[in-house]
Amino acid sequence: MEKSHRLYLVYLSLMFSLVLAVVPLPAMVKLFRPDWPLLVLFYWALALPFRVSIGTAFVVGFLLDVLVGTVLGVNALAYSVIIYFCSAHHLKIRNFSILQQSLVIALFLAFYHYFIFWLSHFLTGVVFTMAYLWPVVTGAAVWPWIFWLLRRIRRQFKIH
Amino acid sequence: MKPIFERGPSLPLRLFLAVLCSVGLMTLDRFTDSSTQLRSYLTATVSPLYYLANLPQAMLSDASEQFMSHQRLLEQNQKLRETLLRQNTQMQRLQFLQQENDKLRSLLGSVPVADSKRLVAEVLAVYSHPFSNQIVINKGSNDGVVAQQPLIDDLGVLGQIVSVGPTSSRALLISDTTHAISLRVERNGDHVVAEGLGQSDEVRLMHIPHSADIQQGDKLITSGLDGIFPEGYPVAEVVRISRNAQQPFLQVYARPYAQLDRIRYVLLVWPKAKPEIDEQIAPPDAEASAVAGDF
Repeated sequence: MEKSHRLYLVYLSLMFSLVLAVVPLPAMVKLFRPDWPLLVLFYWALALPFRVSIGTAFVVGFLLDVLVGTVLGVNALAYSVIIYFCSAHHLKIRNFSILQQSLVIALFLAFYHYFIFWLSHFLTGVVFTMAYLWPVVTGAAVWPWIFWLLRRIRRQFKIH
Repeated sequence: MKPIFERGPSLPLRLFLAVLCSVGLMTLDRFTDSSTQLRSYLTATVSPLYYLANLPQAMLSDASEQFMSHQRLLEQNQKLRETLLRQNTQMQRLQFLQQENDKLRSLLGSVPVADSKRLVAEVLAVYSHPFSNQIVINKGSNDGVVAQQPLIDDLGVLGQIVSVGPTSSRALLISDTTHAISLRVERNGDHVVAEGLGQSDEVRLMHIPHSADIQQGDKLITSGLDGIFPEGYPVAEVVRISRNAQQPFLQVYARPYAQLDRIRYVLLVWPKAKPEIDEQIAPPDAEASAVAGDF
């Protein structure tokens, strides 16, 4: 039954996005790195809300915590909360145009970064800089391409 | 219309469970000590991902070496030979000085500074986020790496190991907001503590009284008092002092010598023998009495 859904491709794409999140980059470019795992999670939560939801988001967030070395559970919590809103409104968001979707994603990403900042501030005491919000802009900018790519994969392999 | 979730718990219930789990994790990680071991296991589990992520860069640098011309290789070889020769000459002098220093120290009745074992490691992943400045290196417990081990490079101190897996380990840089290091001003021996600010080019010196003798350009070296970092390695240079009498302490900022945002290779340092760590802490007490007034 698992085979017929080809869900392993979903997990493979999530794994790949996690690798992208830790690929070493020059310091200048690194500030602009989009939150790949979150963007890929967005797509699958919108396309397959039955299969990919808060549980998956929690696991991916937890893996990201381990990979990047934040306090365990910070990204897991943020991902779960964001994907909750995404899943709860997936029917609405699906009907938006791709540009509107980008804006909604930007809103979610901004919320995500604010949330992470707030948690880190509480747990380790960090200070806020505006440069920290660049991934919101780049994330919204790459969303149409991620959407297009993952939709092609989904249709090609008939993942459902 | 079909219901959104045919099976399993409802969406808010799932969220509730996820929130519960993550809050539990955060509490466990931040407010108890048991997480160090857990983190080591987790680092070990995900280390293949680091190697995978590092693959493009490794392949690129391999390719560039492959296509490097014969002429350039010869030039580079020549240059490296010259450097080696120069440094070996300096080394001879250094060994003589070291012996002399040990003799003098034994005359004074203090313990000689222990020489230590070293190992070069390559950086697998850099995570210089405003909220956490950490790196992952390609050496782990299989190579004898242990937690709290100091990390240096040719310019200065980088940080210390926080969690160890079998083939990779994670190090906290001195610029991380959760890191602090005990230092000494080279000019006059004043002891200071530097904490990270989350920026790769600046650390802040804590609790410096207004009467302290500290100047712009002062060189800060490790004091060895924290029992983690060996004594005498350069760490940072004082770049900015703001003397505001309304503040309880001086605001002193220093720039690390090591370029923390472009680390490629690091040097792991081992103290020579375990018991000597305690002894290393002990002797500075005698020296510290001379500067005790600064605290």
